[in-house]
Amino acid sequence: MIPRHHALAVYRTMLKIRLFEERVAQLFRDHKLYGPAHLYVGQEAVAAGVCAHLAPTDYVASTHRGHGHLIAKGGRYDRMMAELFARATGYCKGKGGSMHIADMSLNMLGANGIVSAGIPLATGAAFAAKVLKNGRVSVAFFGDGAANEGVFMESMNIAATNRLPVVFVCENNTYSVGIKWRTVANHDDIAARAHGLGLPGVIVDGQDVTAVYREAATALERARSGAGPTLLECKTYRYFGHCGIWGDPRDPAEVAAWKARDPIALFAARLRSEGMASEAELESMAEELRRELDAAVAFAMASPAPRPEEVTSDVYSESTGPRASTTAGTTGITVGNDVVSKYLEE
Amino acid sequence: MPREMNIREAVMDAVKEEMERDPTVVYLGECVEGLFGDRSYEMPIAEAGFTGVGVGAALAGLRPIVEIMFGDFVTFAMDPIVNQAAKIRYMFGGAASVPLVIRCPFGACPGMAAQHCQSLESWFAGIPGLKVVTPATPRDAKGLMLAAIRDDNPVLFCEARHSGIRETITDADGPIPIGKAAIRRVGKDATIVTYGSMLEKSLQAAEQLAAKGIDTEVVDLRTILPLDEEAVLASVAKTGRLVTAAEAYAPCSVASEIAALVMEKGFRSLKAPLRRVHPKFAPVPFASELVHSLLPQVEDIVAAVERPAD
Repeated sequence: MIPRHHALAVYRTMLKIRLFEERVAQLFRDHKLYGPAHLYVGQEAVAAGVCAHLAPTDYVASTHRGHGHLIAKGGRYDRMMAELFARATGYCKGKGGSMHIADMSLNMLGANGIVSAGIPLATGAAFAAKVLKNGRVSVAFFGDGAANEGVFMESMNIAATNRLPVVFVCENNTYSVGIKWRTVANHDDIAARAHGLGLPGVIVDGQDVTAVYREAATALERARSGAGPTLLECKTYRYFGHCGIWGDPRDPAEVAAWKARDPIALFAARLRSEGMASEAELESMAEELRRELDAAVAFAMASPAPRPEEVTSDVYSESTGPRASTTAGTTGITVGNDVVSKYLEE
Repeated sequence: MPREMNIREAVMDAVKEEMERDPTVVYLGECVEGLFGDRSYEMPIAEAGFTGVGVGAALAGLRPIVEIMFGDFVTFAMDPIVNQAAKIRYMFGGAASVPLVIRCPFGACPGMAAQHCQSLESWFAGIPGLKVVTPATPRDAKGLMLAAIRDDNPVLFCEARHSGIRETITDADGPIPIGKAAIRRVGKDATIVTYGSMLEKSLQAAEQLAAKGIDTEVVDLRTILPLDEEAVLASVAKTGRLVTAAEAYAPCSVASEIAALVMEKGFRSLKAPLRRVHPKFAPVPFASELVHSLLPQVEDIVAAVERPAD
C-alpha cells in the first residue's frame, strides 16, 4: 500500500486528471474548444502512480494523450486550460495546443503528436542526466501503438547498453487508434519485448494505483542507482474513444467491464477501508478541485488570443553559447496583459 | 599551431576545440568510440533512435553533435529532425531550445552508388526552426562547426564529403557566422552562386571564363538556411547575369530558391535569363563514367555562363 503521507496526494492527482478531462469533454460537447484532444480518463493510475516518485527536476516525455502526465508532473489547470482555449496565456502561448502541451519549468518535455517520438526524447534526457551526473531520472510514457514503432526498440537498446536512468512506461490500453493489439502483434505482453534487449520487463495492473506506485518505485530506484532502465507495461484502458468525444468503435460490453474496475473508485474504496480518508474528505477534495477548474476555465476565457504578429516569434532562439537554464524554477512565460500577469502571480 | 587540413580534419579540430571550451559538448555516432576520448559515445546503427536521443539530450542540458555517417541515412532520422528538433521551441511557445548539431556529410563519388552519394540538403532548407550550413572548405568547416555548436537552434551541418580542398588552419580561425555567404572570386560580368562540393568546379570555371574575357564572380552561400539574400542580390545587381551550380537535383532545390529570389527581388538587374547547373535527374550510379556523366562538370558551368539563353 502507498504510505499514508503519500496516499492522499496520489489520489488527488488521479482525481485532478479525471476532473480536468471530464471538463474538457464537456467543453467540446459545448463547442467551446477546437482541435483534437485525446483524453486520459481511465488511465489515471499510471501517471499518478509513476509521477508520485518524481522530483520537479526529473524528466517526463509524453504522448498525444498527454494531459494526465502534465497534471501528474505538477502542471497547472489555468495554463493548461488556457492552452486548450488557444490563448496567449496558455503553456505554449497558443502555439501548441493539446498535442504539444509542455512545461519545461517542470522538465515535462511535452505531449507529442508523433506516436513513439517521446521515447527517444526521454532516453536522451536520461543520457544527459548520466553525462552531467546530476542524479535526475527520466520517464517515457507511451502506448501500445508506440511499441510497434522502431524507436521503441532502438531507445530501449541504447538505454540498456548505456545503463541510462530511464523508465519506459507503456500504457497498454489495448487499442492504437482503433486497432486492437492482437490484430497487429503475435503475442500478448509488450513487457516480453524488454527481455531480449537485456532489461527487466514488468507487467503491472494499470488500474491499481498501489501496484503502479510499487513497481514504479522499484524501477526508478534501479534507474537512480545506475543499474539501468526498466520497461513497465501497465495494462489499462481509456474510457473515451481514441480522440475524445468523437467516435468509438469498441464493444460497449468491453468498455463496461473495464469501467467496473475504475482506478479512482478502487483506490477511494481502499482509502476508506484502511481509514485513511472518509467519504466526506474525498468529496471535499473533489469540490476544491472543481472550484479550481471553474477558475481555470474563467481565466482561459478571459485571456487574450495570441496577437497575429506572434505567428513568427519563437521559431528560432536568438541566443548562442551557454544557454539559459531549463531547470525547475523558471517558467519561461512572457505575458503582456497586466491582468493576466497578476493572475499568474497569485 | 597552424596545420594543413582537409575538410574532415577541420571538423574534428572544431569539435575538439569546442569540447575543451564547453563541458556539455558530446559527440554521438557510429564507429566514433575514442574519437574524442570519453566525450564521444558509440551508438548502434539506429539513426532514428540516437538522433532522437540527441534531441532529448539537447533539451536536458547538453550540446550534442549527432553524426549521420553518410548523409543518405538521414532518411531514418527525419522525425527527430523535422518533427521534433525543428518544432519543439515553437510548439512550446519559446520555452525550450534545442542546441543540437546533426552532422550530415553529403556528396557523390565513383563507386559508392545511389544510397551513399546523395545531396539531400535542400529537403531541410524549407523547414522553419532548422538552420542548414554547407561548408565547402576546411576553414569554413571549422568556423561553421564552431558556430553550429554554439547556436541554440538545431543546425544541420552538411559538409562537402569529397572536397579536395586543403587549407592551413590555426587556432585563430574562429566561428563563422551562420547565414553569411562568401565572395570567393570578385568579378563584374557574371555571377555563379554555388555551395558545397560545386565550389571547386565553379572556381575552375571562373578561371576558364576569365581567359575568355568573362570576369565572373563566385558567391559561396556557405549557409542555405537562412539564405544570405543580400549577398546574392548585390552580386546579381553588379553583374546582371546569374548561374547557379549545385550537386543537388534541380527540382525544388536551393537553386530553385535562388532563382525565385532573383525573380522576386532582383529581376530588373538581370540582363539575361538565369541558368541552373545541376546533376541529371537519375540516382547516382556506380560506374565512374556514369557518375561523371551525371554530375555537372566545369565545362557545363562555363557553357551556362557563356550561353545563358540556350
